[in-house]
Amino acid sequence: MTAKAVYKPRRFKFRLKKLTFSRFMLYLLLTVLVVIAGLPLFAMVCRSLMPLDELYIYPPRLIVHKPTLRNFSDLLTSLSSSTVPFTRYIFNSLFTTVVTVLASVMVCCMGAYGLVKHKPAGSGVIFAVVVAALSFSTHVTQIPNYLVVNKLGLVNSYWALIIPKIAIAYNFFLVKQFCEQLPDSILEAARIDGAKEFKVFWTIAMPLLKPAWTTLAVFSFVNNWNDYFSPLIFISSNALKTLPLALQTLSGGAGVVARAGTVGAATFLTTVPSILVFAIMRGKVMETMSFSGIKS
Amino acid sequence: MQAAVKKNGFKEWMRKNGTGYAFLLPFLILFAVFVIVPVAVAMYYSLTNYNMIQPARFIGISNYSQLILDDDVFLISLKNTMVFAVITGPIGYFASFLMAWLITLVKRGRGFFSLMFYAPSLTSGVAMANIWLILFSGDRYGYINNLLLRAGLILEPILWTKDATYVLPVIMIISVWMSMGTGFLVFLAGLQNVDPAMYEAARVDGIKNKFQELRFITLPMMKPQMLFGAINAIVGAFGVFDVATAVAGMPSPNYAAHTIVAHLYDYAFTRFNMGYASAVAMALFVITFTLGRICMHVFKDNT
Repeated sequence: MTAKAVYKPRRFKFRLKKLTFSRFMLYLLLTVLVVIAGLPLFAMVCRSLMPLDELYIYPPRLIVHKPTLRNFSDLLTSLSSSTVPFTRYIFNSLFTTVVTVLASVMVCCMGAYGLVKHKPAGSGVIFAVVVAALSFSTHVTQIPNYLVVNKLGLVNSYWALIIPKIAIAYNFFLVKQFCEQLPDSILEAARIDGAKEFKVFWTIAMPLLKPAWTTLAVFSFVNNWNDYFSPLIFISSNALKTLPLALQTLSGGAGVVARAGTVGAATFLTTVPSILVFAIMRGKVMETMSFSGIKS
Repeated sequence: MQAAVKKNGFKEWMRKNGTGYAFLLPFLILFAVFVIVPVAVAMYYSLTNYNMIQPARFIGISNYSQLILDDDVFLISLKNTMVFAVITGPIGYFASFLMAWLITLVKRGRGFFSLMFYAPSLTSGVAMANIWLILFSGDRYGYINNLLLRAGLILEPILWTKDATYVLPVIMIISVWMSMGTGFLVFLAGLQNVDPAMYEAARVDGIKNKFQELRFITLPMMKPQMLFGAINAIVGAFGVFDVATAVAGMPSPNYAAHTIVAHLYDYAFTRFNMGYASAVAMALFVITFTLGRICMHVFKDNT
């Protein structure tokens, strides 16, 4: 205990000495970058809290003076009298995103486990194809996807937003890299105890793969929550629109005066969930990303 | 006899590979139906005239020749996308790397800094376009116009999102803001993976400062992450669409913000000319795929 008491002031001194010019520059640079990254988000938060007179004040104001939740209550209540209530869009986004995330976690984890731990014939080729698929955007396959979804009669349904986005190369790749670190001995021990292969996967491998699939879940959530292209081509009915598409309709271009406040609130509600999800899961995500390199 | 051997062979094959494939099956089916086969199908349709009502009619390479020789709007979209990608791709890539590197140099507040840097990449392009449209609003109420007017740099407000000269740069600024964190996580993980013993060994070998450390130790060790980041940057930059349409509308003023994906969307889902749109998709495929291959070559692991 005394040793600690002696050590502490020394450390403090050490830190003071270290506040050199380069250290100062480093923190200055970091602060500048944080301001650039954060300013538009700050503006978003402020504008969602501004009463109407502050939104149209001249000169324009960045910081809100009389914050109010009026915009949010307007958005969630008075707007519901018009055609589709805003809460419906929130539900649409939440439902399709959560189902897609769960399905993608399950399908990609099972696939990666099968590929890495059982190495069936042709697994090398399968993985090579997955890596190749990393290097083209989803827009390339969008037309055939539309034709398939159309043939299945799923256009203008939740399933159109879910099914094509389950088997994603990026997700599979992440889990596969992580899966390679799983020691075979633990799995083997469970097999000797007579566990069926699916039980080994579900009770042994999945808990060990938790950092990998949490990461996958975060990325999948962010991508699907923000996705604009899929609902744009698959959804025509107003009641099935997800938040990005609904927001586009709501804002209706610049200069819609009466709605500026509610648009601010809607923008806030659309943006915050994915940031929140990431903030909560950050530790697990970092753990997984260590395995994300491609060896060529 | 032969049938028995064959059957046995199949049984043997199933015993060896069955479990693996059982696990892989859901992924393989969905991946084949929605990713791999579509590339082949798009390739086929790009050689046809197909409007979803009449059956596809094979027309050889006429879609491609029309695309390159007769479609001025496609060439504009190609130029815009190229300019966009060449500028925003590398800026986003290096900004991500710089941020990740700076963060590893500090001891306190790493969590806060990484959340702040990464937050823009987590936002929806359409949602943030609403905020940026206010910042770049074309009247005196726009924050940026107001700032420039008060600083005396301009005499009257600039129509940032209506004027064909400014609209693409504005979209690039927004996209850089949104993409400066995309590779950040990958790079940060890569940097934290480098064995600290390497740095100590290097110091003994005469590495003097953080920049030399970065050049001779960190970068070579991070090749796999650099490659992963580069491929994601390319795919992201060439897929630009959300922000462009949200800011400039569709069609944009004088097609100044028309991108390849916007062109694809226009032909596929407003005109339902699936054959021609598939040719546009193939152009996008060839560009990103080739650049991806080049990256794999550049970042080849020599060790």
